[in-house]
Amino acid sequence: MITVTGTRSNLHVEVRLAGTGGQGQVLGSIILAEAAGIHEGYTVVQTQDYGPESRGGASKAEVVISSDDEVDYPKVTIPDLLVAMSQDAFNKYCGDVKKGGAVLVDASWVKDTSKPCPGKVYSLPITEIAREQVGKTLAANVVALGAVVGVLDIISYDSMEKAVLARVPRGTEDLNRKALRAGYEAVRQLVEGSKLHRETEVHT
Amino acid sequence: MNAMVETQNIRMMQGNEAVAEGALAAGCRFYAGYPISPSSEIAEILSARLPRFGGRFIQMEDEIGSVAAIIGASLTGAKSMTATSGPGFSLMQENLGYASLAEIPIVIVNVMRVGPSTGMPTSPSQGDVMQARWGTHGDHPVVALAPSSVKESFQLTVEAFNISEELRVPVILLLDEVIGHMREKVLLPDPGSLRVSERKKASGPREGLLPYKPDADGVPPMALFGQGHRCHVTGLYHDERGFASSSPANASALIRRLHDKIEMAKDRITITQGVGLDDAEVVVVAYGSTARASLRAVKDAREKGIKAGLLKLMTIWPFPAERVKAALGPKVKHVIVPEMNLGQLVGEVERAVYGAAPVTPVSKVSGHLFQPVEVLRVIEDAVADRVGFTNRRGG
Repeated sequence: MITVTGTRSNLHVEVRLAGTGGQGQVLGSIILAEAAGIHEGYTVVQTQDYGPESRGGASKAEVVISSDDEVDYPKVTIPDLLVAMSQDAFNKYCGDVKKGGAVLVDASWVKDTSKPCPGKVYSLPITEIAREQVGKTLAANVVALGAVVGVLDIISYDSMEKAVLARVPRGTEDLNRKALRAGYEAVRQLVEGSKLHRETEVHT
Repeated sequence: MNAMVETQNIRMMQGNEAVAEGALAAGCRFYAGYPISPSSEIAEILSARLPRFGGRFIQMEDEIGSVAAIIGASLTGAKSMTATSGPGFSLMQENLGYASLAEIPIVIVNVMRVGPSTGMPTSPSQGDVMQARWGTHGDHPVVALAPSSVKESFQLTVEAFNISEELRVPVILLLDEVIGHMREKVLLPDPGSLRVSERKKASGPREGLLPYKPDADGVPPMALFGQGHRCHVTGLYHDERGFASSSPANASALIRRLHDKIEMAKDRITITQGVGLDDAEVVVVAYGSTARASLRAVKDAREKGIKAGLLKLMTIWPFPAERVKAALGPKVKHVIVPEMNLGQLVGEVERAVYGAAPVTPVSKVSGHLFQPVEVLRVIEDAVADRVGFTNRRGG
């Protein structure tokens, strides 16, 4: 479980989703931002960083979530949560993670997590879960979002589900519901202790 | 407004989307363009949205044709715009000059990416600041606005149309890739609450009309094609009838008037914002996404007990020299200008500061936005008197 400092009225959380172009980091980050911004009422900024290729190449997307009225700097500097969907992404960014933060690793692609990381590493075969439990590799980003809800204690499952359903193509709602649930359940098995109640102040 | 309606108006919106929505709210009804990263969303959105507002969208063969088309549409009375990035902006320069001399209201959006040439299409830069100022030839005036958030992208797009209509000038909206692609939660203003300007139109009898005779504000009412008055439009220097003239007196009067009409309106069209300037010993002058990194750096400096302030420029051309001078309080010791280029607007800041304090440029040209700490370090060096006029490398 990620240890978020501050309360609902004094909160600043930075999330980075990184991997290979085509895995859906950008859409995943938009959905995460909408869950936090529209459904949970936080101030949010979402940014992205990718190359000219539409698939392949490094891809990174970031969300800054704050209880302030304004977010000054729009990019992530020290991520509370890193979602690493490729070995390169893990190697490049795991060292940036905040002490007490977390890394969610797609074990389908990230085989070596020996590199030192200040946060807790949760290894989860995200892409395999998408393929085997949901039936579509394409849903890996939504599986990842389910896992994000499980480790990031500021967005309710309902809010995330609403945000997912508002963004996915018509006719794929059930598949995406299933993907979100699969990611959430898988990460819950990894997370020790019970999920802290949302209104509870969380200490580092 | 009840809570329900308010929630419906809250949206996660991209900077480019805010430009498209701002254009519609300002009354834009014609778009011609050639899509290019990182501006393509503007074309994509307006291709879907404009027809629903009774407007027209054309994907052109290139950027030369794009400006030509919006000039033509504007001459018939339609508020018109195009959007591009550096490579396309270069191609637009010739017709931009035409719009400037012939006094045709248009809005050109340039979402800046790393150049020169094809450069890095998806990476941010502020390398086109001087291209916006001097890209087209001749001694022309120019108006350019630079938003630093999604909300400002909406507001400044509306403002760009208003200024272009009021002054009959092309207005350039300079975003950078970070602002164009970032998404923020915004509450769109009620369309009825916006101030929207319309160009002055020629009136009176058709015979004897002088379509380029200015009013006291330096702006001639516009004779629109197809609406009764005859008008000749040319890129040659012209007299008040609109016909070519190269008489020395006319030439001098024309180019001076084109500058004067903007100069007279300068205070009204200059948009800046100050944070913590009153007691500032170090003043950071910034625009675009760089202003966001600078704001964090200024806040971090204040937490360390350093008296730092920020002057954020939203109008960058005409350069707001008076605002820069006014931002220098009695305690100012240093001025810092971070830019995602090797030093473009900093020269204008130096000119305005005119020796009152050392001005230090900070450059970042790696295709990434500044990190706040990169600006903070220079602020810390400045208060410790460790910086001079040399360019600081931000990466």
